[in-house]
Amino acid sequence: MAQPLDFVLDVPETPGDQGQEPSPYDESEVHDSFHQLIQEQSRWVAEEGLELQQREPGDPGRGHETLLGPEGAPVHSMATLRILASMPSRTIGRSRGAIISQYYNRTVRLRRRSGRPLLGDVVTRSARPSLRLYDLELDPMAQEEEEKRNLLVKELQGLSAAQRDHMLRGMPLSLGEKRGLREKSQTPHGKRRGQPGRGGLFSCCSRLRYACVLALHSLGLALLSGLHALTPWRYALKRIGGQFGSSVLSYFLFLKTLVAFNALLLLPLLAFVVGVQAAFPPDPGPGPRPTCTGLEFLTGAGCFTHTVMYYGYYSNATLNQPCGQPLEGGQCRPRAGGLPYNMPLAYLFTVGVAFFITCITLVYSMAHAFGESYRVGSTSGVHAITVFCSWDYKVTQKRASRLQHDNIRTRLKELLAEWQLRQSTRSLCGRLQQAAVLGLVWLLCLGTVSGCAAAVHAFSEFVIQGPVAAGQEVALLALPVVVCLLNLGAPYLYRGLAALEPQDSPVLEVYVAICRNLVLKMVILGVLCYHWLGRRVGALQDQCWEDFVGQELYRFVVLDFLFTLLDTLFGELAWRVISEKKTKTRRKPEFDIARNVLELIYGQTLTWLGVLFSPLLPAVQIVKLLLLFQVKKTSLLANCQAPRRPWLSSHMSTVFLSLLCFPSFLGAAVFLCYAVWQVKPSSMCGPFRSLDTMYRAGTAWVRHLEAAGPRLSWLPWVHRHLVENTFFIFLLSALLLAVIYFNIQVVRGQRKVICLLKEQISHEGEDKIFLINKLHSIYEKKERKEGEERSRAGSTQEAAPLALLAEEGDTW
Amino acid sequence: MGGSGSRLSKELLAEYQDLTFLTKQEILLAHKRFCELLPQEHRSVEESLRAQVPFEQILSLPELKANPFKERICRVFSTSPTRDSLSFEDFLDLLSVFSDTATPDIKSHYAFRIFDFDDDGTLNREDLSRLVNCLTGEGEDTRLSVSEMKQLVDNVSSRAREREGRLGLWLKLSLPQILEESDIDRDGTINLSEFQHVISRSPDFASSFKIVL
Repeated sequence: MAQPLDFVLDVPETPGDQGQEPSPYDESEVHDSFHQLIQEQSRWVAEEGLELQQREPGDPGRGHETLLGPEGAPVHSMATLRILASMPSRTIGRSRGAIISQYYNRTVRLRRRSGRPLLGDVVTRSARPSLRLYDLELDPMAQEEEEKRNLLVKELQGLSAAQRDHMLRGMPLSLGEKRGLREKSQTPHGKRRGQPGRGGLFSCCSRLRYACVLALHSLGLALLSGLHALTPWRYALKRIGGQFGSSVLSYFLFLKTLVAFNALLLLPLLAFVVGVQAAFPPDPGPGPRPTCTGLEFLTGAGCFTHTVMYYGYYSNATLNQPCGQPLEGGQCRPRAGGLPYNMPLAYLFTVGVAFFITCITLVYSMAHAFGESYRVGSTSGVHAITVFCSWDYKVTQKRASRLQHDNIRTRLKELLAEWQLRQSTRSLCGRLQQAAVLGLVWLLCLGTVSGCAAAVHAFSEFVIQGPVAAGQEVALLALPVVVCLLNLGAPYLYRGLAALEPQDSPVLEVYVAICRNLVLKMVILGVLCYHWLGRRVGALQDQCWEDFVGQELYRFVVLDFLFTLLDTLFGELAWRVISEKKTKTRRKPEFDIARNVLELIYGQTLTWLGVLFSPLLPAVQIVKLLLLFQVKKTSLLANCQAPRRPWLSSHMSTVFLSLLCFPSFLGAAVFLCYAVWQVKPSSMCGPFRSLDTMYRAGTAWVRHLEAAGPRLSWLPWVHRHLVENTFFIFLLSALLLAVIYFNIQVVRGQRKVICLLKEQISHEGEDKIFLINKLHSIYEKKERKEGEERSRAGSTQEAAPLALLAEEGDTW
Repeated sequence: MGGSGSRLSKELLAEYQDLTFLTKQEILLAHKRFCELLPQEHRSVEESLRAQVPFEQILSLPELKANPFKERICRVFSTSPTRDSLSFEDFLDLLSVFSDTATPDIKSHYAFRIFDFDDDGTLNREDLSRLVNCLTGEGEDTRLSVSEMKQLVDNVSSRAREREGRLGLWLKLSLPQILEESDIDRDGTINLSEFQHVISRSPDFASSFKIVL
């Protein structure tokens, strides 16, 4: 009791309470937590005591609200407070004994895999871990803690070494403490070997591993510490995280994810298509090879055309055997000995499998992200979450830290204001006006989108009309440049429009911006896809249209990169210079995460669209992404400041992944499926030159197998009944839908259980309050009795006010 | 990288690896950084393991310098009797809790201890307002106004509101926020389990409660 408190508190500490007199140590410990409560009570008693005296003792409203706050706060005696402070729910946060005890219970549960948690046992008191280490000996409860510790050690001994280490690692105790526990709980067997690192296990495997560790130790150490300097991602990411916080970091992490996706796509293609074809190059055409001018890096045409880069280069024959006359579907009868490699089949299957792997990975990572970021009931409790979880501990710069302070303050103020606003409903007129503005802005946006789409369509028609002459390859760049310009300009327009419309919440603002940009990009890509597969195929009857589409996509990818560079240069660098010159303040442009991420998604969609026509496009994309990482990092560190809006980074990364999966990947998959199933490949080039559709390569192979003999007859059967029969696909989708429905129902059930549990907890809270009240009234009675006895005995001076107060307390 | 003399022994390294969430690499880096805090002549392995580095030096690490909770973090992880210095093992403990692989459970436990400014095992109003002050900046001009703080932290029971019924609808302005949302058992303070319950709803916590050395 550091501060002198009001008289009310002295009531319980009447000399009669000697038996329960707490030790001085306990007292300071206990009182801290109730300090505030006590102060408020006393203040309140001073102000409103009189009014409350009128109330009946059994007031039902009172009885339930004892602990609730300044309004309903009752005066508790010292003894009650002491009991409150030693309740298990309060000791667990500070007491080592309680922690040990809790983990003892967990270990027991882990070992038995059944049984109830023995939380009732947790009665150890107020031994703060390590803070009061020196006090432990004085505490009578230290003995009890020792017992608990022994129990825990015994339980730990029952676990396997790996389980024990896992358990110990998760305990919130100090390292020394953990080491003690582990040493004690190690089986004598393990101790004899004197090997604290690998406790207890005496298998051949571990011995071998130990020997290896022994041999490689010093080498490994040197390597490890050297390796640290060689992970450029790590340092760059740390720096970005330290300066800009998690939100900007999420952009770079997304970029890293995309690199991984492209690598995943590239590897099978490299191994089974590009590598093989490069090993068995087809005989070059009659014409002379075009010379390289350097412009090819932009257009992708010219001397790049007849290389492994594009579809047209790949042969339609079976490699690894000389083949005179190809049979139907480009098949050769394999000679004995040589392993035939059917290029069309390899091409089709490799692209298919690579796409399938990407799809699985994407869906898995999306599901994982959803599992992490969406929790049942995560929408409630914004204030508490903001206060508890919003500090970004990665931040290492003073300036960034100040910015974060500002962000959090603004966010808290906004939350409070928003919350107050919610109480006051807006007038009908205001709402109408808002709706009108919203509708107008959306109309403008959609109008822009359709205008852009029409422009792209008209321009592409114009391009088809005038075929490009051999010498003027620059003209090939016209369409990509137009599209990139539209893609660059429209977001700025949207940003301007967004400034006009009043949005209620910053999160909604971001989502709306993402939505608009996405619609624009997808519509433009849709028009382009129509242009390629619908118009180009017809226009380039006598040429290799696949090569052309591949080159076009290459141009788009490269120009997209160039325009991003320009945007970075002018949008960020020039903006900063101008704003610094003009306003003389150090205000830098914000890093627009949503737009940048959408650009990444757009680029990735282009890559996926082009993979069938240009198998090396993922490699180009990887190079592009790596360069982009460096450029964006440099520009960010030099020109930008962190966004002022707080970001729910994990929610946003989930959204990004879903966007990558849903319109982007799915759209590309539909495009490719259409190209494989429906479009006639050009008859001049490529692995499918003699077929009606690319898919025919598969059916031809199946028929070939059927003819080959009965040994593989199950494969054609599988093909006929499972792939070509639509019923099976219907069945699969029905099953999938059923699983989804099932999961939704499970979540709904869990939500219900959570509601019930919450209700139960609040009931138990009421029970607790009720018991505390009972306890309190018993103490009160006891004190009053003692007080009366004392006053009867004649010690008048002190007892009179006390008795009065005790009576006062009784009236509640 | 340091000379070969300043390396930790293999057994010790394996032990640290088993008892913390750090990788070998991270432990070595931590040791290197810790040794840099020691005076030049006391940088041998034995001495570095025994040494206690006072808070001022730990707080000067760039990773902690900008953190408003730096003093609390050091206090929570210190095991010295006077709680004013960190040993190497305390330092490892700290890094382990703030590492990538630490479980959300242990992270939220230590977050609770860090936010519990008076070390009493619960977050009461005073803790909460100090926490909010830490978050918004301690300066006079940066902190929230008294009424805002009261609104955010202070508590009027929800049942009082229920009882007031319709009348209470327009009285809501004076309602509490944090306690209202997280104090499940309505005892006026937030205990560890209630805190962990709140934390579990925020997926961003585990990604932001990190310190990269």
